[in-house]
Amino acid sequence: MSGFFAMGGYAAFVWPAYAAAFGAIGVFAWRSLAARARARRLVAQLEAAEGQDR
Amino acid sequence: MASFQSFANPARFQAFASKLMPWLAIPAALCIGIGLVLALFVSPPDYQQGETVRIMYIHVPAAWLSLFCYTAMAAASAWGFIAKHPLADVAAKETAPIGAVFTALALLTGSLWGKPMWGAWWVWDARLTSELVLFFLYLGYMAVWGAIDEPGRAARAAGILAIAGFVNVPIIHFSVQWWHTQHAAASVFRMDGPTIYLSMLWPLGLMALGFTLLYGVLLIIRMQTEILLRRARSLRLRAAAGEPASA
Repeated sequence: MSGFFAMGGYAAFVWPAYAAAFGAIGVFAWRSLAARARARRLVAQLEAAEGQDR
Repeated sequence: MASFQSFANPARFQAFASKLMPWLAIPAALCIGIGLVLALFVSPPDYQQGETVRIMYIHVPAAWLSLFCYTAMAAASAWGFIAKHPLADVAAKETAPIGAVFTALALLTGSLWGKPMWGAWWVWDARLTSELVLFFLYLGYMAVWGAIDEPGRAARAAGILAIAGFVNVPIIHFSVQWWHTQHAAASVFRMDGPTIYLSMLWPLGLMALGFTLLYGVLLIIRMQTEILLRRARSLRLRAAAGEPASA
């Protein structure tokens, strides 16, 4: 197993590449989902406020 | 069956997007999951590059997506000009940050692959330089959207940049043929067929398909967000004007 993680002596290049790719995509996806949830809450609040005004 | 124009209705688009999401997200997760297992555990090391070839399974899909996203962004911008479809501008706007992330990843993972193979983190060759220009085009496109408040004017100005900048896409693709570059020539999309073994082509293809489906997932999430924010802006304006809001 240690041979797998060593990547033939290139671990310092292979694993950072995978970590950067999946880290960046994961953070981007999480931020996109959080922004959509915030937007949904905002629209729900504004629609509720509009309903009260009528 | 609903026409494409009918999706200009935000409520209809949100319903359509919710139905489409699992058909993109589940295959994306499966392709990336299986692709990763094949890339890390099943595919062999390269006879010249050794284990560093495993960087290819994320570098090449990220690079493909950097071009795919720009092409989609330019096409959506053109569609916005021609058909005046409101969702075309939203699709173009929300494709840009996704494309910028994939371009940054292509540059970063390429650098991590280049150092052990070429002895340099960066070389100013045609492929790398044109890919860096692509990254700046994405940043410029997003900056135009950020600088203009009115969405219609922002879409027109940014759309011109996206369409004009599309000239860089074939330059990136053919750079390894037109100039003597440090970067390797194409090994998959060739007139005479792929030149890499199936044991490497399968994980590469699955990761590329997974990244493409992931682009679809991220695009839908971000388009839903943009439509909701435009709805919020409309509600605020109508509330300020004392008018009833419409969908």
